[in-house]
Amino acid sequence: MSLNVFLQHCLTGISLGGAYALIAIGYTMVYGILRLINFAHGEIFMIAGYFMIFATANFGWAVGIPVTLIATVVLGVVVERLAYKPLREAPRMSIMISAIGVSYLLQNLTTYLFTALPKPYPEIPILKQIYNIGGLSASLVTFITPILTIILVFILVYIINHTKIGMAMRAVSKDFETSRLMGIKINKVISTTFVIGSALAAVGSILYFTDRMSVTPFSGTLPGLKCFVAAVIGGIGSVPGAVVGGFIIGICETMMIALGYSTFSDAFTFVLLIIMLLFRPTGIFGEKTIDKV
Amino acid sequence: MKKRILALGVSAVLAVSMLAGCGGSGGSGSSAVAGGSSAAAGGSDVIKVGVFEPQTGENGGGGLQEVDGIRYANKQKSTVKIGDKEYKIELVEVDNKSDKTEAVTAAQKLVSEKVIGVIGSYGSGVSIAAGEYFKDAKIPAIGCSCTNPQVTEGNDYYFRVCFLDPFQGTVMANYAKKVGCTKAAVLTQKGDDYSVGLGTFFKNAFKNFGEIVADEQFETGAQDFKAVLTNIKSKNPDVIFAPSSIATAPLIIKQARELGITAKIMAGDTWENGEIIKNAGEHAEGICLSTFFDEDGVDEAGKAFITGFKAYLKENGKDEVIPAVSALGYDAYNTLIAAIEKAGSTDPSKVQEALKGVSVKGVTGDISFDDNGDAKKDMAFIKTVENGKFKFLETQKVQ
Amino acid sequence: MKKTTRIILSIAAIAVLLAVLLFLQANERDYGMVITIIEKSAIYAVVAVSMNLLNGFTGLFSLGQAGFMAIGAYTFSILAIPASSRASVYYATGINPIIEHAELPIPLAMIAGGLMAALFAAVIGFPILRLKSDYLAIATLGFSEIVRAIIASPQMNTITNGSFGLKKIPEFPNLLTVILVAAICIAIMVLLINSSYGRAFKAIREDEIAAEAMGIGLLHHKQTAFIISSFFAGIGGAMLARFMRSIDSNTFKIALTYDILLIVVIGGMGSVTGSVLAAFLVTASKEQWLRFFDEPLVIGGVSVPFFKTGLRMVVFSVLLMVVVLFFRRGIMGQNEFTWEGLFGLFKKIPNLFKGKKKKEAI
Repeated sequence: MSLNVFLQHCLTGISLGGAYALIAIGYTMVYGILRLINFAHGEIFMIAGYFMIFATANFGWAVGIPVTLIATVVLGVVVERLAYKPLREAPRMSIMISAIGVSYLLQNLTTYLFTALPKPYPEIPILKQIYNIGGLSASLVTFITPILTIILVFILVYIINHTKIGMAMRAVSKDFETSRLMGIKINKVISTTFVIGSALAAVGSILYFTDRMSVTPFSGTLPGLKCFVAAVIGGIGSVPGAVVGGFIIGICETMMIALGYSTFSDAFTFVLLIIMLLFRPTGIFGEKTIDKV
Repeated sequence: MKKRILALGVSAVLAVSMLAGCGGSGGSGSSAVAGGSSAAAGGSDVIKVGVFEPQTGENGGGGLQEVDGIRYANKQKSTVKIGDKEYKIELVEVDNKSDKTEAVTAAQKLVSEKVIGVIGSYGSGVSIAAGEYFKDAKIPAIGCSCTNPQVTEGNDYYFRVCFLDPFQGTVMANYAKKVGCTKAAVLTQKGDDYSVGLGTFFKNAFKNFGEIVADEQFETGAQDFKAVLTNIKSKNPDVIFAPSSIATAPLIIKQARELGITAKIMAGDTWENGEIIKNAGEHAEGICLSTFFDEDGVDEAGKAFITGFKAYLKENGKDEVIPAVSALGYDAYNTLIAAIEKAGSTDPSKVQEALKGVSVKGVTGDISFDDNGDAKKDMAFIKTVENGKFKFLETQKVQ
Repeated sequence: MKKTTRIILSIAAIAVLLAVLLFLQANERDYGMVITIIEKSAIYAVVAVSMNLLNGFTGLFSLGQAGFMAIGAYTFSILAIPASSRASVYYATGINPIIEHAELPIPLAMIAGGLMAALFAAVIGFPILRLKSDYLAIATLGFSEIVRAIIASPQMNTITNGSFGLKKIPEFPNLLTVILVAAICIAIMVLLINSSYGRAFKAIREDEIAAEAMGIGLLHHKQTAFIISSFFAGIGGAMLARFMRSIDSNTFKIALTYDILLIVVIGGMGSVTGSVLAAFLVTASKEQWLRFFDEPLVIGGVSVPFFKTGLRMVVFSVLLMVVVLFFRRGIMGQNEFTWEGLFGLFKKIPNLFKGKKKKEAI
């Protein structure tokens, strides 16, 4: 493998990792607060793609982006209100099954509405400019995805550590019941979590699909699953963990292909997951939990 | 507690209605056949033709286009004469969801509807799965665009109006050689028998005069091909052969061009589809593919089909580009009707007998079947994309 | 209710069921669709009960069912495809000489499928059963995807036929065989649940720490439950292969596990009869009752615009959400079907309405 090819692979891996990281944050935040694996998150990411297509067709991409962000956030909050809130007191298995149900519903609904034919994703001219740097060839979006991811994560970490709502989120994730007794409005905190998670999924969706150019009702399934694995590897519940996990998965996947094992790239992701779970079940940044009798 | 009782009550009612409902449907099915024999004296009568296509799922897009062709054909020729009797033809559409498990029940649904014949499916995998069921029920099936050899092999009841993958793979390999390619890369979809099959046949043919420098596979539902393509780029091939579904094709094309790959990109019949140009835009320029049908290569009847079908597409709010699979759907329908006429009977096994000797002038060429049930087609149309449209290049034959 | 009455009722019910099955069998041609649905439901019922054994009775949340089904289905198919048609099945790459002549009688091949799944379960169960709830779910889900990836990989071409899948799998001779095999499998699992092992499983589900304190070997019992559940999932996979007659790796996607999980949930976690009932209800509604949603509907000459392909699955998923949200315990909860329960139900129905009226009056 020549240096040039190696660098190209690195660029691909990091850029893919950046997009994964943004989606993984959604998984990890929801899990941190609700102890729920939000299986519908991948579908929300996919539907954000459709929102962008229709928003751009009607208003152009400059207005389309904020419209997409808002629509996705609304969708995320609505899903939480309708499908998860009524089950707050239910066993954790029920709420997880509800999440699977939502993902099923969203996928079937998009198939019904837009058919399974791929829809072309709108081109954002600035982002699609192709640059050649010393033999590396990629569009601008490939370069800026990881950078934008890092910036957004810093903002998010700031919110979590230095604002009132962030403090409330940390309190809720530590102890649901006690924080409620302390006067924290649980529902507001949970909604905020879904707002942030969905907004990042929308940004991730714009970056991911701008780079890959078409959307189908099944576009969310595989990335969703992989990002979830990324969140687990990084330590589910931890935002920096999700980011690191996202980059690890993106880079490992690319490197597996680079080494000629393209048929096992997905399997490898899961092997990594199982190895991680066996040796450090709480992930890289996860906290140890102690079972209380 | 109340909820549980309610739930139990609801389920009990449902369970009872299941037996009643199923019994009812079975009953209506049998009555239709009973009607078939009695109505010979009666008056207007209906025979059912099954349309076995994916309308949702991975191949839902292509499947729907095939259904369009069949629906149009049915609209054009909605009755058939058997003896002196005029029968109305009713299409029974089932969705096999591009999934083998679903395909089995969908096929059984058609069998229980007492269809006289089946048309479909887009995608070889589901056709293979359903084939055994049609064979057991002794109902003839005509595949439109399922090109895998396994569909008709060992199954007397499956026919098809298109050419086969070994032929198609060889055609594309020959064409690649003709345009001066000596190094080829093959990119196929793991777990998809169409894609891997066609890729294998291309490799086998190309090996005779060139070198396969890369052989890569990707996962179903994959959207990121940059890593695979970077690998391929480093091997510097002249041509990339990447048979894949409509959903995947634009992703491969765009990402390859973005990486600065200038090699020719070629594929099989699935790529002759307006959706790919729509999705891949300017990057689609120059791709090559083999297909079943060309708008300019048709006779008078074909021209009537083209204008008529375009009007039909417009009526239904679709693009006025004729996908080859729609043309095949049209031909498959007409072949089945011709066989029914020839058989002079509504008995599916008689229709199957008749299909063996039927000869039809279709818009995709003359159709008659060999011993395997495959259409005797020895010609493929090679097309490319120029200025956002498919452009006919040449025809290829294999001796 | 006296014991004898119960026995008589049960025998009568089985006789009626048998009569219905024989009737369907005899009129195979007219009732093809019903038979298909019943066969598919019976197969799903076996897998659902096996999943319930883990999720509902032992409290281990596993999402690996599709993976074990795949192992069972492939092992069975490789051993059961008639040797004479193997050459045409492996047309692309040829067959591995080791398995070329390895042909077993069908019942033995099915058991071999189950055993292979159990073997894999034993190997991976040892490490991953130490994981807790969600983590176990994710690890098993990952395992099932790895199985699928390996089956489809070109390196396995001469054994699993890679991307091309297996065909010409011997079918079930008739409906009764399917029901019989399913009934035997479910009966064995019921016996297990009612044994001392079953009681230990339930103790683990209720409280792991308390169960351990009572002297129940946690890992040993979890292992047992996992292996047995996987064995029957493997048998279920083999049955599915016989039902479909051609399989490939895409048959065993995560969606299959989800389908089974939904059946278990709708039936009620921890209820065998619930799972069986739900398997029939879900399959029938998906395949038959809701199918009219996919067809164009014309009422009085006006076609209703919403009715087109895909609506069936939307309606199905909405129904499912309703069950998950409002009937959380499923049809049966943790209870089993009893005649008393059924009669009690009929007796309670009038009361139910009375109760409602009273409330309204107040």
